Amino acid sequence: MTASVTELTVSAEDRRVAWLATAAVALSLVDAAIPSPLPGVKPGLANIVTLVVLVRYGWATAVWVSGLRVLAGSLLLGYFLAPGFFLSLTGTTLSLATLGLARHLPGRWFGPVSLSILAAFAHIGGQLLLARAWLIPHNGVFMLTPVFAAAALVFGTINGLIAAKLLAETPAADPAK
Amino acid sequence: MRWLAYMRPGDWLVMACGAALVGATLPLLWQGGFAERAIIRQDGQVFAEVDLGSRRDFSVPGPLGTTLVAIEPGRARVVADPGPRQYCVRQGWLVRPGEIAICAPNHVSVQIAGRTRAYDSLSY
Repeated sequence: MTASVTELTVSAEDRRVAWLATAAVALSLVDAAIPSPLPGVKPGLANIVTLVVLVRYGWATAVWVSGLRVLAGSLLLGYFLAPGFFLSLTGTTLSLATLGLARHLPGRWFGPVSLSILAAFAHIGGQLLLARAWLIPHNGVFMLTPVFAAAALVFGTINGLIAAKLLAETPAADPAK
Repeated sequence: MRWLAYMRPGDWLVMACGAALVGATLPLLWQGGFAERAIIRQDGQVFAEVDLGSRRDFSVPGPLGTTLVAIEPGRARVVADPGPRQYCVRQGWLVRPGEIAICAPNHVSVQIAGRTRAYDSLSY
């Protein structure tokens, strides 16, 4: 038997991503524990982490943290590869794409709250479209659009404010330590 | 308010746009889907398929007599039926896609359809 030639070096960036993803997963679990009147209406607390990461470390790190969160969160909550997983994945993908565009908005005018609201709408939009195309192929799905959109606006604003507060209060040094 | 300090000018704009979007989607909640057509069937065959756009009346002949169907903008109902129990008449106005009134004794049914069908088929 030969010794393995593959050597994994763990960079500081890897550790940071792992820590931040852990924080995001923890918030996903909190999210899941909060009772919801309607499946799909959730505070989405983990997005606070995504926002902070996006503003502080850039889009690529945010994609890593979000992706790991969806994967690990679904494994922990037991819906990996279930419909909910794909809904979550679609929503996250669309909101990351939106964030990728929205972060180029002038920062003096548009803060984390804007990013959060836009991401929340992209998230719910992606989920609704997937649900319509795959899970419930009937336009009746869109009947609930106003409820989801209102939730996206409210929770998007709240999460954005929390993210803005975190960003303002923690120093720019590595908060993952 | 301490929290207001975290709002930047554009954030208010985005919030307003979001609120406008929510407002724009509100009719979906009240309208309850898209009732577009009424399908009247006699003996399982389509007797008439009408847009729920204007006021019209139909007399559908069946084995017991004539069933009267009224179409109005956005809704339809069975006005009169020779059947003994009058279930389809008592159902009143049909508004949502997928709703159906079946006058079984006279072999007549009235169904509301949207862009897509809720059921592939119904047999009775």
